Amino acid sequence: MKRPGEKIIEKILALSGMVTILTTIGIIWVLVSESWGFFSEIPLSAFLFDTEWTPLFAQKRYGILPLLSGTLLTTLIAILTALPLGIIIAVYLSEYADKDFRRTVKPALEILAAVPTVVYGFFALTVVTPFLQTFIPGLGTFNALSAGLVMGIMIIPVVSSLSEDALYAVPKSLREASYGMGATTFQTSFKVVVPAASSGILVSVILAIARAIGETMVVAIAAGQQPTLTLDPRDAVETITAYIVQVSMGDVQHGTMEYKTIFAAGATLFVFTFLLNNVSFWIKKKYQEKYE
Amino acid sequence: MKHIEAKNVNVYYGDNHVLKDITLSIKENTVTAFIGPSGCGKSTFLRTLNRMNDYIESFRKKGKVYIDGKEIYDKKVRVEELRRQVGMVFQKPNPFPKSIFENVAYGLKIHGITNKKEIEETVEKSLKQSALWGEVKDILNKPALSLSGGQQQRLCIARTLAVKPTIILMDEPASALDPISTAKIEELISELKEKYTIVIVTHNMQQAARVSDRTAFFYLGDLVEYEKTSELFTNPRHKQTENYITGRFG
Amino acid sequence: MSNNDLNRLFDKAFKYVGICCTFFGLVMLVIFIANILMDGLQRIDWDFLTNLPSRRAEKAGILTAWTGTAWILGLTAIISIPLGVAAGIYLQEYGKKNRFAYIVELNIANLAGVPSVIYGLLGLEIFVRTLQFGGSLLAGAFTLALLILPIIIVATREALKAVPNSLREASYGMGATKWQTIWYQILPAASGGILTGIILALSRAVGETAPLIVIGALAYVPFVAQHPMDEFTVLPIQIFNWVSRPQPAFLVNGAAAIVILLILTFVMNGVAVYLRNKWQKKISW
Repeated sequence: MKRPGEKIIEKILALSGMVTILTTIGIIWVLVSESWGFFSEIPLSAFLFDTEWTPLFAQKRYGILPLLSGTLLTTLIAILTALPLGIIIAVYLSEYADKDFRRTVKPALEILAAVPTVVYGFFALTVVTPFLQTFIPGLGTFNALSAGLVMGIMIIPVVSSLSEDALYAVPKSLREASYGMGATTFQTSFKVVVPAASSGILVSVILAIARAIGETMVVAIAAGQQPTLTLDPRDAVETITAYIVQVSMGDVQHGTMEYKTIFAAGATLFVFTFLLNNVSFWIKKKYQEKYE
Repeated sequence: MKHIEAKNVNVYYGDNHVLKDITLSIKENTVTAFIGPSGCGKSTFLRTLNRMNDYIESFRKKGKVYIDGKEIYDKKVRVEELRRQVGMVFQKPNPFPKSIFENVAYGLKIHGITNKKEIEETVEKSLKQSALWGEVKDILNKPALSLSGGQQQRLCIARTLAVKPTIILMDEPASALDPISTAKIEELISELKEKYTIVIVTHNMQQAARVSDRTAFFYLGDLVEYEKTSELFTNPRHKQTENYITGRFG
Repeated sequence: MSNNDLNRLFDKAFKYVGICCTFFGLVMLVIFIANILMDGLQRIDWDFLTNLPSRRAEKAGILTAWTGTAWILGLTAIISIPLGVAAGIYLQEYGKKNRFAYIVELNIANLAGVPSVIYGLLGLEIFVRTLQFGGSLLAGAFTLALLILPIIIVATREALKAVPNSLREASYGMGATKWQTIWYQILPAASGGILTGIILALSRAVGETAPLIVIGALAYVPFVAQHPMDEFTVLPIQIFNWVSRPQPAFLVNGAAAIVILLILTFVMNGVAVYLRNKWQKKISW
C-alpha cells in the first residue's frame, strides 16, 4: 500500500533529523548537570576571579582566569596571523587573480584545513619553536607564540574562503562604477568592495575566532600544560581545551571534583563558542537581504 | 459523459487570481488546443488537470474538475493513480539520466510491474507508438541524454505512453524543438488521438489550427472562447479572439 | 599627477603582496611536510607498521594505532552515513516549510560550530558512563559520528539541491510517489555529491584526537582491538603520545606515524575531490 508506506518513510527520515536535536540537548544537559555539581561547591565568584587554577594539585584553587588567558592569548595571536593574511588572500583571489589561478589555488588552500591538528602541533613544537628561539630571547620550549602562529596558519582558509565568498557576492555594478571613475583595483577593492562585503568578512572573522578558541591539539602539544595567568607570548600557557585533554589523559573518577572541573571548563568554552556562532548567524541573516 | 470536465474552476496563487471561473468539457479521443498570450493561465489550467499544481505552495483552487465523472481533487483520490491515467509531456524534454530503455521502463517499475518480458514488450510498443523505435532499437542501453532534442521529446512521450494513460497533456511540447522535429511531433499527435484524449497548450496558432479538433482561447485568466478549431480561426465570436489570432497582440 | 602615481604604486605592490600571502600558507605547509618526511620517512618499515607500542622507541610500532583507526573509521561510517543521509533527505525534500525542519536546520548550524572536545565530554558522560560502553571503540565511534553528522547532512542537502527540478517533475508527472522519485531518481543523481561529502566527513573523523582522548581512548594499548567493546587507540593519539615524550627517538616515531596519517588523509581527500569533479560534470546537463 503506497500511501501509509510513504508516511512511515517520512517519519523515519524525520527521526534522523531528531538525532541532531538530541545531540544538542545532550550536550547542554551534560555540561549543565556536571557544572551544577561543580558550582554547588565552588562559588561563581571564585571561579571567575581567582587567579590560580590548580585542581590537580594538593592546594586546590579553581579560578578559570589562567585558562581563559591561555585561550585568549593563543587565539589573539592566531587571529593576528590569519586575519590580515586571510583578507589579503581573499581580495587578491577575488579582485586580481584570473579564473584559472583562483581555481587551482582555492582547493590548495583547503588542504591547509584538511591536515589533522596533531600534525600542526608536532610542527609547532619541533620546527617553529626552535626556529623562533634563535632570535627571541626567553622563548620557552612550550609557549603561546608558536602555538598561536601555527593555529593562525591553520585557520587562514576559514577567513580567506568565507571572505572571498562575501567579496564575490558584491554586485559587479559597484566595481564598474568605481573603475569607470578611474580608480585602481587596489582602491576599488579596499574602498568599495571590502566595505560592501564587510558583514560577510566580519562573519568569517568571528567564525575563525570560534575555531581558534575550540582548537585543542596544537595548543596541547606546543603551548604547554601549565595554567599561567600571563600576557607574555613567550610563556607556557594552558588553554581550556588543553586542560580538558590533560585531565582525560589521567585516571579521573566520575563524581570527583577533578571530573567536574572538565565540565565546568567545557561549559565555559561552550558558552563562548555558542555566543560567537550565533552572533555570526545573526549578522549573516541581517545583512543578507541587502543583495538578494 | 465527457472525458474531462471542469466546472467553475478558479485558481489562485496566493492573492493572485490566475484562473477565473473556467467551465469547459473535453470529449474522448479528441485533440484540444489551449491558446493565448503568455501568462494567460493556459499552462496553469493544464496542470490543474493532473494536479501538478499541488507542488506550488500558494496554490488554491475553487470549483470542480472531473475525469471520467470522478472529482479528481477529492480527498480519497490517489494522485499517483491519477497521474498514471493522465500523462504529461513537458515543454523542455526531461528524460531521466538513465538509458533509453530504463526511461520507458521507469513508469512500469513504479506502478509495480516486475515481469521482465512484459516490461520489454511494453517498452517496444511504446517506442513504436511514439515513432522512435526505428531510431533507437539497437541502442536501447545508451544514455537517453545522448539523443537529439526531438528524439528526447519523443522518448518522453513514449515513457508517458508506457503506463497506458487515457489522457495526454502536452505543455508546449514542440516549442523547444526545430521545425522538422516539430512536424514529427504534430504527426504523432494526429496518430495518437485515435486511442487517447489529448490536450495541448501551444503559443503557435498554426500548430493549433493544424492538429486540434477544438481550441480554447484564454486571456488574462478567462476562458474567452471555446469552439471547433475551424470555426474559431475563421469566424471567431469575440473581438479579443480575433485580435489575438490576427496577431494584434500576444 | 603624483597622487595617481602613488595609487598605481600601491596597486602594483598589492599584486605582489597578494601573491606572497597566497603562497605563504602553502609554502609553510610544504615546509612542514618536507620536515616531517625528513624526520620520519626512514623510520617506516615493516616492523614499524606491525609492532605493538613499546617503552623502547626503536621497538615501538603503530599496529594498534592503525588498526584502531581502521575500526573507528568503519564503525563511525556505519553509524553516521545512514543517519546523516536520511536527515539530509528529510530536510531537503520533505521538511521544506515546517517548523520542526527549521529548528533542526538552525540546530545543525550550531552543532557544526561546537568544539570537538565538547563532543568528547558528551561522549564521556552518555556513551562511556550512562550507556556503559566504557572507553571502547563503540563509544568512540558514536561520539565521532555525532561530530561529523552535520557535515554529512549539509553535503547531502547540497547534492540534492543540485539535482534539477525537471527530473522531479518528470517523475511526479508519471505518477511516482515522493519516495519513489527520491529513491529511483534523485538519490542516484545526487549520489556523487553525497559520496564526496561522506568521504570528507570520514577523513575529518580519522584526524580527530581530542574527543577520543576525552572518552578514554588510551595512549598505551599493547594489544590489537578485536571487538567493538574493546579499548583502543588511534593514530592521532599515538602521535600525540609520542610527541609528548622528551626522547628524540620518540619524536622520530611520531614523525613516521604522521607520514602514515597524512597519506591516509590525503588519499581520502584526493578521492573525494576526484569524485566531486566527476559528479559535477555529470550533473551539468
